[in-house]
Amino acid sequence: MSATKFVFDHSSDTANSSVLRHTLMRQWVLRLAPWFTLCAVMVLWHVVSLGYPAFILPGPMRVVETLLGKLADGTLLIHTLVTLSEAIPGLILGAIFGFATGYPIAKSPVIDRLLSPFIVASQGIPFIAIAPLLLIWFGNGAGSKIFLCAIVVFFPITINVIVGIRGISPLLRDLFRTMNATGWQTFIKLELPAAMPLVLAGLRVGGTLSMIGALAAEFLGTDKGLGYIINQGRGLYDTSLVLAGIVTTVFVALCIYGSIRAIERMIEKYV
Amino acid sequence: MPIITADCLNVTYPNRVEALHSFSLEMERGEFVAIVGPSGCGKSTLLRVLAGLLKPTSGTVILDGEPVTQPSRHVSLLFQEPSLLPWRTVEQNLRLPLEVGNPHAKLDLSGSESRVSDLIRLVGLEGFEHAHPRELSGGMARRAALARALITQPPVLLLDEPFGALDAMTRESLIASLESIWRVATTTGLMVTHSIRESIFLADRVVICTPRPGQVAGIVKINLPRPRNWEMEGLPEFIASKNEIRALLSL
Repeated sequence: MSATKFVFDHSSDTANSSVLRHTLMRQWVLRLAPWFTLCAVMVLWHVVSLGYPAFILPGPMRVVETLLGKLADGTLLIHTLVTLSEAIPGLILGAIFGFATGYPIAKSPVIDRLLSPFIVASQGIPFIAIAPLLLIWFGNGAGSKIFLCAIVVFFPITINVIVGIRGISPLLRDLFRTMNATGWQTFIKLELPAAMPLVLAGLRVGGTLSMIGALAAEFLGTDKGLGYIINQGRGLYDTSLVLAGIVTTVFVALCIYGSIRAIERMIEKYV
Repeated sequence: MPIITADCLNVTYPNRVEALHSFSLEMERGEFVAIVGPSGCGKSTLLRVLAGLLKPTSGTVILDGEPVTQPSRHVSLLFQEPSLLPWRTVEQNLRLPLEVGNPHAKLDLSGSESRVSDLIRLVGLEGFEHAHPRELSGGMARRAALARALITQPPVLLLDEPFGALDAMTRESLIASLESIWRVATTTGLMVTHSIRESIFLADRVVICTPRPGQVAGIVKINLPRPRNWEMEGLPEFIASKNEIRALLSL
């Protein structure tokens, strides 16, 4: 057995650690960059707000103050829950209808020709314009809001289901045919899992759209919800309340987006 | 009685391309037949017809005494791509053919659970039972697909250039594995390929096809002992078969 001699090359060691330090610094710069932008915007906002009265442009401190005040007395939470109770059922309803429409369109050219032109054309209608109609038909309650959310969510889900189902490799379809798989088995074991990533991506987009839909419906007629808070703030010239409502909406939308993304990650692990 | 009788198959696609022209072939139970031919000789079309995936324009296929009109569980088809389900592990992919199919079909699945582990060992994928397809190399994915095709103990195994698009060394080892796996599985094998040497290595008979439309140009019987190995490539019988096939392909 021959003795092995270890030589420690110190020069390369220090070179390595300097490279390491450099990469770590880069990582930190990249991580902090968005916060830097946020701070810069806040400072700019504050400076600009000094030149205007609070009912036109309140400063960021004032908005945070309102936000914390409304959070402490529970108003914000109650109205957020009201909006969520419209947006979430709307999202689920829109997703169910989107899937139930997209799947047959993807499978049958006849149904595709029957429905697709009108579904695409319907996207030309601004959904804000439908909101008054829904209020007439479904009244002032949660129903009209849920329905508007569902309409907004419907399209991205439908499109993603069509793309997902059509994107399944013909080879895999042949495989299932050679195994004499029934239609139901093909659906459960091939189509559903294969289309799932795209369906979830559609759901993620739909989730934020659903918040917009709920807010738009609340602007028109109600006494509850984040849309009402924003509208009330406008009426009272309480501009900081308007901004606090917007911040809350963005936060809630991001939470919906984040939780669907988390579900996607979880499924990606198993899929 | 032959296990497969293809009689005067004609296939003309809607775009008027004639893929097969009065193609006839008989296969004995347990033999391995390779079909060699240039691109566009309708080899893949033939396999799709035999698997019941494609209805011929005219002609009949008799499988085990019954005409083929739709896919049957007695025939497994190995595709050009491994076509594993990416969300299933190797073991779960192997089990797929056992989970689907008409529950009233007369397919004997008894003992198939123990066959899962046997087949994984047979194709040399021990230790990768719980790996997902994306973690497998191209060759390993092909091995998994082969094991899946054999899980139902099909009397007939059709192989559509299953090792295409792999590097030469992986192909050689896969072809050698396939030969030994086929001997253990005691199934009737039909493989279409571009490779003359692979066809000689595997087959009892090599069928040579002409291009567009596909017709049988000749059949070469391979008189090599089994089990086979790549050293046989130097044997005079191997070289003679190779020359005969080349002549029939007019190369």
